[in-house]
Amino acid sequence: MEKIPRQKMPVQNAKARVKNFASVALGYTEEQAILEAKRCLQCKKPTCIEGCPVEIDIPGFIKKIAEQNFEEAIKILKDKNNLPAICGRVCPQETQCEIKCVLTKKYEPVAIGRLERFIADWGIEQIQDTRYKKQEKPRTMNNEQQTKIAVVGSGPAGLTCAADLAKMGYNVDLFESLHQPGGVLMYGIPEFRLPKKIVEYEINYVKSLGVSISTNVLIGKTKTVQELFDDGYKAVFIGSGAGLPQFLGIPGENLNRIYSANEFLTRVNLMKAYLFPEYDTPINIGRNVVVFGAGNVAMDSARVSLRLGADNVTIIYRRTEKEMPARLEEIENAKEEGVKFHLLTAPVRFIGDENNNVIKVECLKMELGEPDASGRRRPVPIQNSEFIIDIDTAVIAIGQNPNPLIPRTIPGLQLGKHGNIITDEKTGATSIPGIFAGGDIATGAATVIEAMGAGKRAARAINEYLKKSN
Amino acid sequence: MFKILGKTEPATNINKFIIEVPEIAKKVLPGQFVILRLHEKGERIPITIADKDKEKGTITLFVQEVGKTTTEMGRLKTGDAILDVVGPLGVPSHIENFGTVLCVAGGVGVAVMYPIAKALKEKNNKVISVLGARSKSFVILENEIKNISDEFYLTTDDGSYGQKGFVSDVLKNLLATCHSPLANIVFAIGPVPMMKVVSEITKQHNLKTIVSLNPVMVDGTGMCGACRVSIGGVTKFACVDGPDFDGHLVNWNELTCRLSLFKQKEKESLDYYCKLKSA
Repeated sequence: MEKIPRQKMPVQNAKARVKNFASVALGYTEEQAILEAKRCLQCKKPTCIEGCPVEIDIPGFIKKIAEQNFEEAIKILKDKNNLPAICGRVCPQETQCEIKCVLTKKYEPVAIGRLERFIADWGIEQIQDTRYKKQEKPRTMNNEQQTKIAVVGSGPAGLTCAADLAKMGYNVDLFESLHQPGGVLMYGIPEFRLPKKIVEYEINYVKSLGVSISTNVLIGKTKTVQELFDDGYKAVFIGSGAGLPQFLGIPGENLNRIYSANEFLTRVNLMKAYLFPEYDTPINIGRNVVVFGAGNVAMDSARVSLRLGADNVTIIYRRTEKEMPARLEEIENAKEEGVKFHLLTAPVRFIGDENNNVIKVECLKMELGEPDASGRRRPVPIQNSEFIIDIDTAVIAIGQNPNPLIPRTIPGLQLGKHGNIITDEKTGATSIPGIFAGGDIATGAATVIEAMGAGKRAARAINEYLKKSN
Repeated sequence: MFKILGKTEPATNINKFIIEVPEIAKKVLPGQFVILRLHEKGERIPITIADKDKEKGTITLFVQEVGKTTTEMGRLKTGDAILDVVGPLGVPSHIENFGTVLCVAGGVGVAVMYPIAKALKEKNNKVISVLGARSKSFVILENEIKNISDEFYLTTDDGSYGQKGFVSDVLKNLLATCHSPLANIVFAIGPVPMMKVVSEITKQHNLKTIVSLNPVMVDGTGMCGACRVSIGGVTKFACVDGPDFDGHLVNWNELTCRLSLFKQKEKESLDYYCKLKSA
């Protein structure tokens, strides 16, 4: 039955793009989007929606694209998803909605993510000068809706929770410790994958719903959660994200020019170190860079390194390509751009020069043994397989532990063994009534869309909690 | 935007700022710091809070001009504003009645020491203070510290004021001449070489020593890991675990090297700024 092939995403040529920070994927043209939308079978029982943590009416918005009714399409999309231009770019659709598409069995799935991006971008073009720009909705509330809710952290979980609560009519104040809202969307994901203008636009949309955002406020320090309740907030959602980067735990790890991925990406993305010295934040990048880990953060770090001028960038990963947690698209992009891969390899120690700059890393070859707790086959070292790689810079991208700062300042809050906040998965409720949490602070490092899903569920639960306690 | 309500230059290259940040002024405890960013293109830098006024909603910072950002900050005047100030960050210094405390501070570290020494005095400790500076024109907060000290010593490297020499000379002298233990605890704050030397001396006398570390930092909230320091062989993050640590456990060599990480870039940045300003 399928006649129209899945539409390819136009991308910037690999040779050109490693020299700039502009978007790699360029987005569908209108013609492509309509063609792709027509591939959707409009299933009576759409399975794709089951795969979407924020429950978008996927066939609904796709149908409107096919009918060229873009205005209706964006309305349907935004009904559930407050940040579609972000999701359309960074969601792992291939493991969420698209994997559930019935076309997947016989053909390629509908490119749901690309269609989401297309319609979200269309929306931005249409309305950025009129409806949303600098037009924050004044809060008009009836008595029962004057309830104040505090949301801590303005990453994907916090933004979603705040937006949904605002849509329900609550008075929402969002607190961010950095100088710019957006959390990982701002400091973590590079410009070439998620332009900061897009993030700013989506944040302005959340503001337009009536959410007020205060930056430079570190909850737990500037104000404690208890003080938020004292100030009259009736519920608090904590979406403070991941913190404290994990390190490899091998000798030499604190040598100079060994960065955590968080530091490396924050310097580049949030602080714009790629524009140094026009911008004040520096970064050192040598000719030979190695990145440890194989998730999206590792791919981002590797691709950023190339754009900062490194000659050789290598991903070092203990398992095989099959086990890499990064999105397939990002692995392909990295390869096209010239990132090399040392698979089945684990670092043993770093070696520095007389100034404590890292110059070498000693590695060990691995083979795969039995599956471990993660379900992936455990890498086992091969005896006497040590070898040395010359490096100038290393980036460690093997994950983060939850930031201890907020949990430490809430007496009695029940925590997991890694310091994450224990929550009811369905509601985000914590061990303390009125305090909800979601995103990486509860689950450990996960995806943008999973954090958004948690924010959405918590918003719903907060609404129910407040109704009950009234 | 955070308004500068007062700016003076109490010593050569050291500027004193009084900044309006009511929420931080209400909260800050000795030993804590803020991260500030001057403007849109600025970097985030940590500065320890030297004083506060809860009623006026202000904090006091002493900032030594060393690199581009601190030099640029030195050009700000009363009435100007700073784009971002976040805090108070870090774990407050542990203050209790120890008995006798020895407060050794050098350079702009004296400003970090001041609220700690004051708090120690308020807990009825006997406070012995040893301050050091390069020369007379670099001395800050002399009278403020003297007023809360039971014993007070001042050194300058060149002998232009107080005793000639280093704080470590005074420390060695005090240790050599006293018969009972000199103090129950030592607080040492200043340049890394000074804190290192003081820690080495006190270690020989088994005198517990707290230092305040100032590694390279970016977010200051436990996210980036730039400020990692080795304490007794364990990696700690100065922003959420510190900035105060046991001086006898600090890997000083590693800290010194990590502080030099961006030396070349800092120079480039300052040169770029000076060129812009002179153009």
